[in-house]
Amino acid sequence: MIKDFIKGLWRENPILVQVLGMCPTLAVSTKAVFGFSMGLATTFVLISSSVTVALIKKLVPHEVRIATFTVIIATFVTCADYFLKANFYSISKALGPYVPLIVVNCIILGRAEVFASKQNVARSFLDALGMGCGFTLVLIVLGSIRELLGSGTIFNYAILGKGFEHWVVMALPAGAFITLGFLVGLFNWINQKWQR
Amino acid sequence: MATLIIIFISAAITHNFVLTYFLGICPFIGVSKRLEQALGMGLATTFVMTLAACTTWVVYHFVLLKFGLPFLQYVAFILIIASLVQIVEMFIRKTSPVLYRALGIYLPLITTNCAILGLALFMVMREYTFLEAFIFGLGAGCGFTLALLIMAGIREQLEYSNIPKALQGAGMTLIIAGLLALAFMGFGGIVSD
Repeated sequence: MIKDFIKGLWRENPILVQVLGMCPTLAVSTKAVFGFSMGLATTFVLISSSVTVALIKKLVPHEVRIATFTVIIATFVTCADYFLKANFYSISKALGPYVPLIVVNCIILGRAEVFASKQNVARSFLDALGMGCGFTLVLIVLGSIRELLGSGTIFNYAILGKGFEHWVVMALPAGAFITLGFLVGLFNWINQKWQR
Repeated sequence: MATLIIIFISAAITHNFVLTYFLGICPFIGVSKRLEQALGMGLATTFVMTLAACTTWVVYHFVLLKFGLPFLQYVAFILIIASLVQIVEMFIRKTSPVLYRALGIYLPLITTNCAILGLALFMVMREYTFLEAFIFGLGAGCGFTLALLIMAGIREQLEYSNIPKALQGAGMTLIIAGLLALAFMGFGGIVSD
């Protein structure tokens, strides 16, 4: 049981290993705070839809399962979007269209198809929680690196002094691609060291 | 007319969906190993994008707004896109077996392409007219195809080079995409927002 949770954090990490859910990862990681909120929103949708799919898996005909899963996911995304708009308007504004785009985040549909539609509710919950945490973790790391180099802060706390020249490229799309590229490289390098 | 040209250039080049909005990254990384594949995927996506832009515009303005249901936006859009892809697939299979063989395997993948849903959302946010939405979809599709083709060209060459083991695959692809994004920033001056 505990393995269902742990595997999402490292061995089957959705971003670094499965290379899924790239668009929110790259787009909202300009600041650690945005990465964290996006991670939480995605984790919420992931858990709710995985549990729902696991509950109704026997009722859904095989041919229309993908459409059904998508509608379930879209419903929870609408909830998350309206919640953010009502309670955290500035964050919702900063994340922009990337909150509704959680609908097409392949991690969620992937977990519903590969795991939740075959397993029981408890295991699906743990699996979704693990994947969500793994996703959030990478978003925070990526967001922190880009925020630190791009504006000298992490979670809006000043880390580097005033003399630090901001790396503007880190806040731009190019910085997101390159940072994530090196992060994937670092992850693979650590794994290769371990295996030896 | 000038607005339409600006929308097209902005969607295709200066605000390229892949390289500035990070939409459609999954096929961009997954289907960019061969030029032929990239062209097939690009054309199929452009086709669906243009159709989807028109269909979602009509549904949003004549159904969702009219009956006061904008909160159903996401559910409605994703259903439209999924059924549209299905219909297009069936239509092409019946009418043109040649085109079906060329595009067939890419069509189902397009449903989960975030660029299509992103397109519909941007269209609503920016309050485009029907004609503008059509041009926007066409431009975004062309921009996607362009980015995919450039990437595939580079990756075909990359097979002969010696890449550090840890960076092989996704790592290197992302770094190249970053450099491409930098290059596309150079076009930024063509159109101002």
